[in-house]
Amino acid sequence: MSDKVIHAMYDDDTILLNGAKKLVGKGVKVSEVFSPFPIHGIDPVIGVKHTRLGICAFLYGITGTCLALLGMKYFMIIDWPMNIGGKPSFSLMENLPSFIPITFEFTVLCAAHGMAITYMLRNKTLPGMIADNPDPRTTDDKFVMELKLSENSKWTAEELQSMLKETGIIEISEKEIK
Amino acid sequence: MNNFVFTNKAKRFTFMLMGIGLLFIIIELIKGGASDEHFGTRLWSNLLINGFFFFAIALASLFYLALHYATESGWGVVLKRLMEAIMSALPFGIGVIAIVLLAGTFHQHHIYHWMDGDVMDPNSHHFDSLIAGKEAYLNQPFFWIRTIVYFATFLLFMRGFRKRSLLEDEVGGTEIHFKNFKRSALFLVFFAYFSSTMSWDWIMSIDTHWFSTLFGWYVFSGMWVSGMVFLILLAVWLKSKGYLENVNESHIHDVGKWIFALSFLWSYLWFSQFMLIWYSNIPEEVTYFLPRLGEYKVIYFGMFIINFAFPMILLMSRDAKRSAPFLIFVGMLIFIGHWLDVYMLITPGTMFSHGKLGLFEIGMFMSFLGIFIFWVLNALTKRPLMPKHHPYLEESLHHEI
Repeated sequence: MSDKVIHAMYDDDTILLNGAKKLVGKGVKVSEVFSPFPIHGIDPVIGVKHTRLGICAFLYGITGTCLALLGMKYFMIIDWPMNIGGKPSFSLMENLPSFIPITFEFTVLCAAHGMAITYMLRNKTLPGMIADNPDPRTTDDKFVMELKLSENSKWTAEELQSMLKETGIIEISEKEIK
Repeated sequence: MNNFVFTNKAKRFTFMLMGIGLLFIIIELIKGGASDEHFGTRLWSNLLINGFFFFAIALASLFYLALHYATESGWGVVLKRLMEAIMSALPFGIGVIAIVLLAGTFHQHHIYHWMDGDVMDPNSHHFDSLIAGKEAYLNQPFFWIRTIVYFATFLLFMRGFRKRSLLEDEVGGTEIHFKNFKRSALFLVFFAYFSSTMSWDWIMSIDTHWFSTLFGWYVFSGMWVSGMVFLILLAVWLKSKGYLENVNESHIHDVGKWIFALSFLWSYLWFSQFMLIWYSNIPEEVTYFLPRLGEYKVIYFGMFIINFAFPMILLMSRDAKRSAPFLIFVGMLIFIGHWLDVYMLITPGTMFSHGKLGLFEIGMFMSFLGIFIFWVLNALTKRPLMPKHHPYLEESLHHEI
């Protein structure tokens, strides 16, 4: 099914925010906003859900903790018990305090890398990925609001364009997508 | 409602706390607690524990306020008057600590056994060469000079911040703000040194032979968490009574984040101190942990789990940090946890294996809590809850995260 997207460009984030509020007030669905920096307060306006990255971070962290403890158990208790400073090396529990720093570091490592990779994956910004922002200027000083026609079936493309033009845009374009 | 009214109901609550505490103390005395040969030490240790704990909460509030001024943070302005009210209870803690220290100087108790002149005297059979080696720092005149300097500095800055805060309401402008900025930077310099040295002087010197280089930070992080917990409990309670309409979820969330992060700081320092000593296993260092891991094992690890695991698990999610019931539950839990921490700092050193955690300790804690709450709420009535003319007031009113 073919669809049309309308890209409206702004040169000020406040104007975009107010425009988005006005459009959403009329029932228009804003599908995406491209901006060089986070626009404060835009998330609830265009209906972006709160990030679940924190939950991912927790899961990655727990994975790291378990891996580190299992690893330490295998290296230091089962495979090759070492006597370091006369500390017990017979069970994981008895020697736990000396494994905590490594476990902690590995937890942080897993959580941080997992989060960074997830973040880039979700934003499609992993190295080698093709950028999907409609205009390179949105990485500099311009802001683009994207409307999809299929999500706004109440209006025609012309009506949407005229509504957008009232919100202080500097450029507008329409294109077909598959 | 910009002015807090200390209702009779709230007053009755604080009197009830004091009353039940007193009742517990009396029950313990009737049961024969006073005839115990260790009762004297127990009484003085308890005064020191509670005196220090509540002194620390007030001091942490003063420190936190100064931190806000020095970093020019905007978000916390709506909570400023609460911090001011909590820190105005400093004289209470200072009074109790001063009584305990004075009693030590006049040999009414032997919590600080370096205060006994004989241990420094090479001709006495009580001579202790380890303690005598610390005489240049641990001697009574210098000890008292330091103690008085701490008290005077804290009180002076506390009064200054309180005075200028009211002045700002009347005058406006930015002059007072920049004065606060400079004074708080100065205070933080003093506080950085004094928070360490005062914990060495009043707490670490109980275990005179032993020392730990991060002890000051450990005590400081504990006091900071307790202060933040008291702040959030006060804020949530006031909100439930219909005050502080400008304090929104985001402010609560921010304080919740502090509690979460500081719990980690505290646990990190606890563990750093413990693991290094556990690992190296040097006799003069492990003496500190032997009674704590012996007779006090359950309390010692119990309070660590309360203060570390509960805030970690329960306050991890964003929603929990924004929800009052969660924060009240975790806050009360770690409030008691950090009281137990102070208990563990002091009791094993003073009572050795005779330490008790009975009705007497609970009673003392409740009485002190009652007095402290009364003091804070009374200070809260003295001024409007919302500051005026603070340069960052608007930012704080629109705080959103």
